[in-house]
Amino acid sequence: MLNVIWLLLLISGIIVAAFNGQIEVVTEAALDAAQSAVRVCFDLIGIMSMWLGIMKIAEKAGLIQGLASFMSPLLRRLFPSVSSRDPAMGAIIMNLSANMLGLGNAATPFGMKAMQELQRLNNNQPEASAAMCTFMALNTSCITLIPATIIGVRLAYGSADPTEIVGACIFATSCAMAVAVSLDYVFRRHSRWGGKH
Amino acid sequence: MLQVILSTVSKWAIPFLLLIIPLCGIIKKVPVYEAFVEGAEEGFTTAVRIIPFLVGMLVAISVFRASGAMDVLISLIRPLMVALGAPPDVLPLAIMRPLSGSGALGLATELMKVYGPDSMIGRMASVMQGTTDTTFFVLTVYFGSVGIKRFKYAVVTGLSADLTGLLASIYICNLLFK
Repeated sequence: MLNVIWLLLLISGIIVAAFNGQIEVVTEAALDAAQSAVRVCFDLIGIMSMWLGIMKIAEKAGLIQGLASFMSPLLRRLFPSVSSRDPAMGAIIMNLSANMLGLGNAATPFGMKAMQELQRLNNNQPEASAAMCTFMALNTSCITLIPATIIGVRLAYGSADPTEIVGACIFATSCAMAVAVSLDYVFRRHSRWGGKH
Repeated sequence: MLQVILSTVSKWAIPFLLLIIPLCGIIKKVPVYEAFVEGAEEGFTTAVRIIPFLVGMLVAISVFRASGAMDVLISLIRPLMVALGAPPDVLPLAIMRPLSGSGALGLATELMKVYGPDSMIGRMASVMQGTTDTTFFVLTVYFGSVGIKRFKYAVVTGLSADLTGLLASIYICNLLFK
């Protein structure tokens, strides 16, 4: 799936650029993007290190396990293959909480930590496990209670009521999340991709 | 009132976590600084491991955008958007949202600058930006960081969620703000 999308993005880009007689745009865009990708990763190193450090303290203090057992009735249904005492569950909870609070730069480190733990449970196979797909479904559609960035932009451009969109955002993400979770459930049960998990 | 509460919460969230977690650690007799360093060690390897995946994705997206192929796609979908009750100006944002977070934020900011945050376009752009996540970034980075090559149905699920979020944004904005 991703192979097809990736190839389509490239091919259609190159064809359109050639058609418009500005093929040099492709070269420039490709090289620029490659550099900026590395810059993004380097920016991430500091933020990742900080949040993973804080998370280790929370883990050793038993905070994450506490949160996990509090939420386990819900999480057990979403992640039947992951025990609520597993470190993976703690990282999943931290990621989803950070997402809900709109703390994007904290959500990424926790999310990647969660994936590492899920990959350990997946025995390091190159194929995504069902739990990973569920986590991705939740993560990409997660409700944001405080869309801080966009409120900031609205404020900057002189909105009379910068937060008036919060209710609408919550409604729209709830719809997205409902679809993501249901689709994930159906795929996990019935799909040719589902496998034995 | 809501605005004051939300801006206070978002201002305090990180300082609060940075205070409360180490405090709990001390109470539970955790050697807090050593624990922090132990956790932080993993930051470097994790961040570096995603480089190839991010390069691959950003190069393809950037070529798609810069070449004008995205504009072609937009002009193809435009009539559909109008039929759904969305101003055509928000369409580039809708297409950019799952591909690139910074690109989408740039477009949303631009729309608010041109049309004003309290216009229909400004509000719809805000809701779209606040609703869906950058599916391709999340998928490539998260799966990439642990060496997953086959994403199975996660791409379909993520894009369906994006599409739902988009349609729901159009619907709710027309309902609330018209």
